[in-house]
Amino acid sequence: MLELYEGSLHVEEIISRWYGDVKDKNFGAFIPFIGIVRDEQGIDGLSFDIYEPILKSWFDGWQAKANQENAMLLMAHSKGDVPNHTSSYISAVLSPQRRVGLKLINDFVEDFKASAPIWKYDLIDGKRVYAKNRSMPLSGAGLLA
Amino acid sequence: MASVEFLGPIGKEPIEVDIQNLNELKAIFSDDKSLKEWLDICAIAVNDSLVDSLDIKIKPDDKISLLPPVCGG
Repeated sequence: MLELYEGSLHVEEIISRWYGDVKDKNFGAFIPFIGIVRDEQGIDGLSFDIYEPILKSWFDGWQAKANQENAMLLMAHSKGDVPNHTSSYISAVLSPQRRVGLKLINDFVEDFKASAPIWKYDLIDGKRVYAKNRSMPLSGAGLLA
Repeated sequence: MASVEFLGPIGKEPIEVDIQNLNELKAIFSDDKSLKEWLDICAIAVNDSLVDSLDIKIKPDDKISLLPPVCGG
């Protein structure tokens, strides 16, 4: 399940709802990862653009991979501005056993960073500044150069 | 005409192009100074699938997207 929201995520509501939805599904492990925007280098927060068609197909591919291990993935992400000390990203894995789940959440988040079509900007003095130095080229980058 | 969209921070309005393959798009973009800093680092999608060859045939209704480096989370 993939959820996208304008602005900061309502973490307590999302985590509570996910837990309520899955607790009787006989998964032994529910492993959430919650990202919190840090106050660093003078930023007021972060801002995000998302290209939803490719994000959805990327997520569906991971969901199919998780399902092969009898696991399931959940993800929520923000669009637009997200102030410091609030959250823009939650992902979670549900799995029968802890070990499969811990590996899956690690692999999923790593590939999320490398492959999800999301663009991050620092919010500085009310302006969006593309976080180019922290961004990773997608597979096949430079084809038209 | 195929459409070309420039995603995320590129900040360029979509355009339409009459091309048969991505080699022709590369030739069109070679003169575009506004794309100079982006072409080296952008991935290309055709109809929302990333591609890795310039020889892919482009049809009139196709959507081509330029995707700059990403950083979610």
